[in-house]
Amino acid sequence: MAKPMHPTPNLDQLESGPWPSFVTGLKRLAKDKDYVVDILGHLEHSYQTRKGYWKGGTVGVRGYGGGIIPRFTEIKDDKGNPVFKDAAEFHTIRVMPPPGMHYNTATLRQFCDIWEKHGSGLIALHGQSGDIMFQGATTENVQKAFDEINDMGFDLGGAGPAVRTSMSCVGAARCEQSCYDEAKAHREVLNTFLDDIHRPALPYKFKFKFSGCPNDCMNSIQRSDMAVIGTWRDNIRTDDALGKKWFAKHGMNELVNDVVARCPTKAIQIKEIKDVRKDSHFSSVAINDAQALEIDNKDCVRCMHCINVMTGALATGVDKGATVLVGGKRTLKIGDLMGTVVIPFMPLQKDEDYEKLTELGQKIIDFFAENALEHERTGEMIERIGLVNFLEGIEVDIDANMVSTPRMNPYVNTAGWDEEVARINAKKAAA
Amino acid sequence: MNAPTPPAPLRKAIECGVPDNKPHLHPTMIKNYGNWKYHDRPRPGVLHHVSHSGDEIWTVRAGTQRQMDVWTIRKLCDIADQFAEGFVRFTIRSNIEFMVADQKKVEPMIAELEKNGFPVGGTGNSVSMVSHTQGWLHCDIPGTDASGVVKSMMDELYHEFKNEEMPNRVHMSTSCCEINCGGQADIAVIIQHTKPPKINHDLVANVCERPTVVARCPVAAIRPALVNGKPSLEVDEKKCICCGACYPPCPPMQINDPEHSKLAIWVGGKNSNARGKPTFMKMVASGLPNNAPRWPEVNAVVGNILRTYKADARPWERLSDWIDRIGWPRFFEKTGLPFTKYLIDDWRGSRANLNASTHIRF
Repeated sequence: MAKPMHPTPNLDQLESGPWPSFVTGLKRLAKDKDYVVDILGHLEHSYQTRKGYWKGGTVGVRGYGGGIIPRFTEIKDDKGNPVFKDAAEFHTIRVMPPPGMHYNTATLRQFCDIWEKHGSGLIALHGQSGDIMFQGATTENVQKAFDEINDMGFDLGGAGPAVRTSMSCVGAARCEQSCYDEAKAHREVLNTFLDDIHRPALPYKFKFKFSGCPNDCMNSIQRSDMAVIGTWRDNIRTDDALGKKWFAKHGMNELVNDVVARCPTKAIQIKEIKDVRKDSHFSSVAINDAQALEIDNKDCVRCMHCINVMTGALATGVDKGATVLVGGKRTLKIGDLMGTVVIPFMPLQKDEDYEKLTELGQKIIDFFAENALEHERTGEMIERIGLVNFLEGIEVDIDANMVSTPRMNPYVNTAGWDEEVARINAKKAAA
Repeated sequence: MNAPTPPAPLRKAIECGVPDNKPHLHPTMIKNYGNWKYHDRPRPGVLHHVSHSGDEIWTVRAGTQRQMDVWTIRKLCDIADQFAEGFVRFTIRSNIEFMVADQKKVEPMIAELEKNGFPVGGTGNSVSMVSHTQGWLHCDIPGTDASGVVKSMMDELYHEFKNEEMPNRVHMSTSCCEINCGGQADIAVIIQHTKPPKINHDLVANVCERPTVVARCPVAAIRPALVNGKPSLEVDEKKCICCGACYPPCPPMQINDPEHSKLAIWVGGKNSNARGKPTFMKMVASGLPNNAPRWPEVNAVVGNILRTYKADARPWERLSDWIDRIGWPRFFEKTGLPFTKYLIDDWRGSRANLNASTHIRF
C-alpha cells in the first residue's frame, strides 16, 4: 500500500466519459507506489495553475550520450525542497521499437515487469518520434531499467542533435500496398547510424521515416529529414473478378464520382472493353462484361486514390522501389517544411538496393554534419544553400521530378548554360 | 598490505539497435510477408486482408489512452493471448491491433475488448485517436496537457471513433507548444501564446547560452542586455511573435502563461499523396482558453467543424479536399467561425497564400 493520495479534483474529472482514461491508470499504479501518488499530485498542481513544472538536466546511461529525457521537479517549497518529494525525478527512457511496432505479448509483459520494478509503471506506446517511452524513473533507477531492457535485445532511441528513432508502417507484414520491405530498410539504415543515435554530435536532429506506399502512413514527407516512400514504375495491376465484384456492390455513380473524377491527373477513363487501348502503358480492369476502366500509366502519378477505393481490383505494380524526399520538418524555426524529391525512384528489391539506400543516408548525413549550422535542420539548410548545391554535395544528378515548376524569376547568372547542356548531352550519350 | 578488491566490472551497453520484427509477427503474417492481395472492412474496427496464397487475416483495432499503466498493457496482452495468438501491434495513432487467422474469434474478441473499456474502431472513414504530445505530465516546455485535451475530445468523439460515418478518414493531433510535435492533421489543436516571454533576469546569465538564444528567434527580437548590472537578454516586444522558440534553450524566458497561452485550431493537413499532394494545415481559430480539465471551448469548435464537414463533404473528401471544393469563405460561413485579420498570413512566402485570381464563389 502506498501513502494517501493527494486530492486531485481536476484529474478526477478526466476519469468520467467512455474513452480509456490515463488518470485511472495512474491511480491504479498509485495504489502501490508513493512515486505515482506524488506524480498525480504534481500533475494536479499543473492542472490547477495551468503551467508545467519539469526542467531538463543531464541523466544518461553508461556509454551513451543520449536517449534519456531527464526531468526534475520545479515545484519547490520556500526552502527549495521538492513539494512532491517522491516525484522529484521523473526521467523517460526512449527505446526503439521493432519496425512496424509489432510485439509479441511476452515482450510487452517483460517490459511491464521491468518498469513496475524500476520505474513508475507508465509506458507510452508510442511517442511522436516512434519510441517506446518508459515514463518516469529516478536517476538511480535509469541504469538498472536500461540494463534489463537492453538485455532483452532492445536499445535506446535518439534524443538531442542526433539521428532519431525511426518509424515504419505495418508494411509488407500485413498490407497489400507495401512496395518494399519497410522493416528491412528501417533496420538496415538505422543500425548503420547507432553511433549517431547514441552520441549526439550532429548540428541538429535527423529523422528517417519509412512508408511502404504514397499513402505515407508515417507522415514522412512532413515529419522526416529523409522520407523513404514506396512506389512502382510499371503499370497498375488489375483483377477483373474483383473489379466486377466492386462494381456490382457500388455501381456506376460511385465509380464515376469516387474513382474516375477523383483521379488527380485524369488518367482513368471508362471504356467499352473492345475500345480499351492495348499499348504497353495502359492497364484496364473490367467492371462488367461490356465496360472497363482504362488507366494511362504514363499519366498516373501513383497517388494511390483509385487503389485505395478499389482495393484488389487495382493494385500497385511489380517494378517496385521508393521515392526519397529530403528536408521535411515541423514548425520552429522558419516554419513548416515538406520534404523535396531527391531520388524520384530507386529500386528496393535486392540486398544491393538496400545497401544503396543506406549509402544515400550516409552521404546526406555526412553533408548535413559538415554544412548545417547549429540547430539547423536539413530542410532549412537546403533552403539556405539551394537544392542544386545540396545535390552536388551528395553527388546526385538533378531531375525535373524534383521541382513543381521551373524557376519563376530571372535572378540567376546563366553564363554556364552551354557547358551545362554539353555536360548533360555527354552524360546521355555515355549512358 | 591487502590489495584493494577490484570493483565488479560495470555492464556495458549492447548497441543492438532496432530489433528484428520477425519474432513479433503473427505466423500468418510471416508466411504471407509481402504477398498480400487486397483488403476490405467487414465492420468498423475490423480489417480483413487476403493473401495471394489464399490465406486470410482479420485485424481488430481498438483505442487506447497511449500513456498506459502496466495493468492496462497486461490486460491487452491477456486479450491477445486469449484470442490473437499472442501478437499485437500499435498504429501511429496509438491504437492497438490484434491479428487473428480465425474469423470466429473476431466477435468474441471485440466483446472482450469492449467489456474492458477499449473501444473498437478507428478504421476507414472514422475519426481515429488523436496523436499527441506529452504535456504537463512530462514535457519541460508544455503550454497545456495534451493527454487531458485528447481524453476530453475522444469522450465527445467516441461515436465517431466506433463508426465509419465521416466522408473520409479524420486524423487529429494536439500539441502543447508551437513546435507541434503532434504533427500535421485534418484537425489540430495547438497552443498559441499571446504574450512575450517573462524574463527572470537573475537567472539568464547562469542558465542560458545567450548567443544561442538570440539565434533561435525567428524575427530577431532578442538582444543581449545588461539588466540590473547582470548580463541578460531583452525582447523587443513590438517584434515578438510569441512563438516560444527562446524558451527551450532559456527556461528563465517563461513563455507559458495560465491566462494568455491560448489554444488554436488548425484544419486541412493531409499526410497522404492520395488525390492531391500532401498539404499543411491552416489556422482557422485561436484565442480559446486553456480551460483544464475538460477544455469545453476547444471541444465546441472541433465538434462544430466535424459536424459541418460530416454533413457537407462528399465521399472520399478529406477535410482539405472539401475546403478545396467549397472554398475558404464558405468554410467560415458554414462553420460560423470568424475570419479575422490574424488568419491572413504575413510570414515569408505568404503572398503565395493570397488569392491572385478572380476565382471567387458567390
